[in-house]
Amino acid sequence: MTTFTNIPKQIEEAIEKWQGTTSRRDFLKNSGMFVVSFSAAAMSTASLLGPAASAQNSPPTPVAGPYPDPDFRKLDSWIVIHEDSTATFYVGKTDGGQGTGTGFRQLMADELDIAFDKTNLIMGATDITVDQGGSGGSDAIETDGWPARRVAAEARRVLLEMASARLGVPVDQLAVSDGVITVKANPSMKVTYGELIGGKRFNVTLTGNNINATTGVAKLKPVGDLKIVGQSPQRYDIPAKVDGSLKWAVDAKAPGMVHARNVRPSVAGAQLISIDESSVRGIPGFIKVVSKGNYVAVVCEREEQAIRAARQLKVNWQKPATPSFPTSENLFDYMRNAKPTSVVQSRTQTPDVMGDPDAALASAAKVIEAEYDFPFQGHTALGPAHAMADPSNGQMTIWSNDMKAYGLRTGVAEFLGMPRDSVRVIWQEGPQLYGRTAADDAGFEAAYLAKEIGRPVRVQWMRHEETAWDAKGPAFTFKLRGGLDAQGNVVALEYLARTADYNHIGYNEPDTVLIAQLMGRRPKEPAPGGASPPSEMYVIPNRRRTTEVVGMPLVWESPLRVANLRDPNGPQITFAGESFIDEMAVAAKVDPLEFRLRLLTASTVDDEDFLRARSIAVVKAAAAAYGWDTRPSPKPVGTGKILSGRGIAYCYRSQTVVAEIAEVEVNRETGHIWVKRLVCAHDCGLIVNPEAVRRTIEGNLLHGLSRTLYEEVQFDTEKVTSVDWITHPTLRHSDTPAQVDVVLVNGDPNPNRPDLPPYGAGEAAIKPTAAAVANAIYDATGVRLRRVPFRDKRVLAALKVARV
Amino acid sequence: MSNISLKVNGRSYTVDIDPATPLLYILRNDLGLQGPRFGCGLGQCGACTVIIKGAAVRSCITPTSTVKGSEITTLEGLAQQDGRLHPVQQAWIDEQVPQCGFCQNGQIMTAKALLDRNPDPTDAEIREGMDRTLCRCMTYYRIQAAIRRAAKLIATGPVSGKEVGA
Repeated sequence: MTTFTNIPKQIEEAIEKWQGTTSRRDFLKNSGMFVVSFSAAAMSTASLLGPAASAQNSPPTPVAGPYPDPDFRKLDSWIVIHEDSTATFYVGKTDGGQGTGTGFRQLMADELDIAFDKTNLIMGATDITVDQGGSGGSDAIETDGWPARRVAAEARRVLLEMASARLGVPVDQLAVSDGVITVKANPSMKVTYGELIGGKRFNVTLTGNNINATTGVAKLKPVGDLKIVGQSPQRYDIPAKVDGSLKWAVDAKAPGMVHARNVRPSVAGAQLISIDESSVRGIPGFIKVVSKGNYVAVVCEREEQAIRAARQLKVNWQKPATPSFPTSENLFDYMRNAKPTSVVQSRTQTPDVMGDPDAALASAAKVIEAEYDFPFQGHTALGPAHAMADPSNGQMTIWSNDMKAYGLRTGVAEFLGMPRDSVRVIWQEGPQLYGRTAADDAGFEAAYLAKEIGRPVRVQWMRHEETAWDAKGPAFTFKLRGGLDAQGNVVALEYLARTADYNHIGYNEPDTVLIAQLMGRRPKEPAPGGASPPSEMYVIPNRRRTTEVVGMPLVWESPLRVANLRDPNGPQITFAGESFIDEMAVAAKVDPLEFRLRLLTASTVDDEDFLRARSIAVVKAAAAAYGWDTRPSPKPVGTGKILSGRGIAYCYRSQTVVAEIAEVEVNRETGHIWVKRLVCAHDCGLIVNPEAVRRTIEGNLLHGLSRTLYEEVQFDTEKVTSVDWITHPTLRHSDTPAQVDVVLVNGDPNPNRPDLPPYGAGEAAIKPTAAAVANAIYDATGVRLRRVPFRDKRVLAALKVARV
Repeated sequence: MSNISLKVNGRSYTVDIDPATPLLYILRNDLGLQGPRFGCGLGQCGACTVIIKGAAVRSCITPTSTVKGSEITTLEGLAQQDGRLHPVQQAWIDEQVPQCGFCQNGQIMTAKALLDRNPDPTDAEIREGMDRTLCRCMTYYRIQAAIRRAAKLIATGPVSGKEVGA
């Protein structure tokens, strides 16, 4: 029997011994409103731990539904202690492979006073884990870790009270270590967590107006008392990922399951005229062509049959009368010249003005101006979007890797017109969860098709479909103007950002996903868009910051639909902002690192999290780790084939501060860029698992490098033309830097607290990479690249124009 | 449809399929071997890699009829008989390589085949040998470190597998 689980193999094996009859869901229900008489014996470890998995571990039929939400105000919804004094935690997050789950286990184990190895964690199954929204915004540890810690602390408090009653000793005379409570004065008097509550419910009600505020009455431990936080236990998810035993969302199977493939419009905005079903009826295993509006899919018994049928199906499409978008080559001209439409203008942020930028620019000794372009970039997940949905028992169970499993559940229920409690999503691991990929689209599609066919349906997109039609990070064009006084001080900075078509951004609403839009179901008007200004703490007395949104001619059913891609507009705005700071440093003939430090240290005013002080510390840490040589850029251009240089960029994201230094080699004969070394200094406050953070940062750096050097969605006026790994290249092994140094900057400048709280580390380090590389290329060659990506051909052309 | 005999991870199977069906779908859907995964169907990314006759092969573009009778190894078959992980797998854990991990089947299988034919590769040989195996979490830096570590494990025998590489 195929099993489905996102928990480690060894725990799965333990579970298999116990196939209890009381499901985790029933356990929760019973611990809530229903008063059910349970004997301790009946609530064995088996019936708690076992069924926790059975929801994920077996074909979907045994748990018949409905699937009401676990109550976040019940301690039992978060923590189960087993008779062997191990604990299972249930959290409403998902893990994209950054070690989020391991981090939660560390945070919760520390507060509960139990060894890390004696804990287990279930994430993202909507019927057995509380709704913390899944992943997004790098906020898992930063935001959702707090209620998780508090409930664990509350569990510890309750266990101490139980021990006090059992041992007849006041709580303040008890000590806890690794799930064993002892009497301080007489350590032979002790009781374990398992003996106190193993297999039984806490029956403790928590408080809090919303899930983030969930709390008991216990106080959290001071940071100095945390023992597991700050250590680097290995990620529990990795062994099953390297021995082939992990069951991913892509592996989901159910009895009677069939396979579907989508058939997309021939060009964007095309209308379906007719389908010739006879073109596929002879294919073995063919079941049905499903279509509604412009949505078309084929369903077959076997996967390869569905792939063949999707290729072979004859569909008559009518192209739209007018072009759907400019070509990717003309995109930035289009964006500069297009007036934001009335709809778009209402979304334009109010210019953020400080001082008198016009007067300051008019009187500046030197004014410089530059424009920067950043293309649409796709998620282009390595595994195309997929999901499996089972309509058994009039319910709908969806196996999905959508980072927002909870939103998917609600959205699908609305889309299908089903009661919310009839739908559940079982999140399982999947490829690359760096924002709103097409995973949600596939989840909706599988559920729709399952309802139509009446059998479990697995759908997966093809490569060309994923690369062309997945959600895109928004394109940007920028115009910056800066004024310097006679001493080279920055007196004014004007920033204008224009982003393209930010209006599809969606979080599983039943009208923002592709299938809904193809069926003609769409929002009344585009979502409000906008863009951020660069995030830096530079002291510049006169500023104007404006952001605008321009739309594409084709608003809906578009492959250029924009959604969050890792740090949604950070790489774009930081590319412009930090390239321009470099350009001003060049104009001032000042070393670019020294120039930034001057701008940072011109004030001592700080925010409550000491962002300025921490920015200065991070920039200095990067310089020290790299061994920065102070001199203005560019350096004298060498005579050899390879030109080398270094560049720096700095920014923050939320409260996480990052400075990166790139060392590049530019091949003047081919235009090829090799980033030989990357240094990243990174301050994300309290670090839960340093080694996991390091690797997350490394991934960010190289993901940033891929987006800097290669990634660009290309399109003609009717369709996306970059559709595979040849036409849409990505970073490869041969591009890997020879050396990557990550410096985790620690230490809280605030003397009034023991340590910084944790801030997100999932995205900040992708933000400054493009700018650091561009600045390094300038240092090496004296050529300023203002349009991402820096593929060989474009670099070579720029070098030739500059006669380098 | 026709009967085709396959030898996978030391076991024999007979499947009744369209012989042109890419091996990937047979492994995943008929034999329950889901280590190899669909990434592109074009032989461009490597997520579907299996080892046949010592070579890393892209199963998404390999017609099943062309490998009948050949010994096929998937990720599930890499560990030794006693359950001990292959040194490449152990090195992957020691280095804590994966982020999402979806591509790592291809990375591990390609690295295994690389080390089988070149037990002591230079950095340049690792880059070249792995270059067509893509990772969208961009864990290349750690993968390359893990390959160097695996080469040492193979040469010197297993060392402590618990420490995390810095």
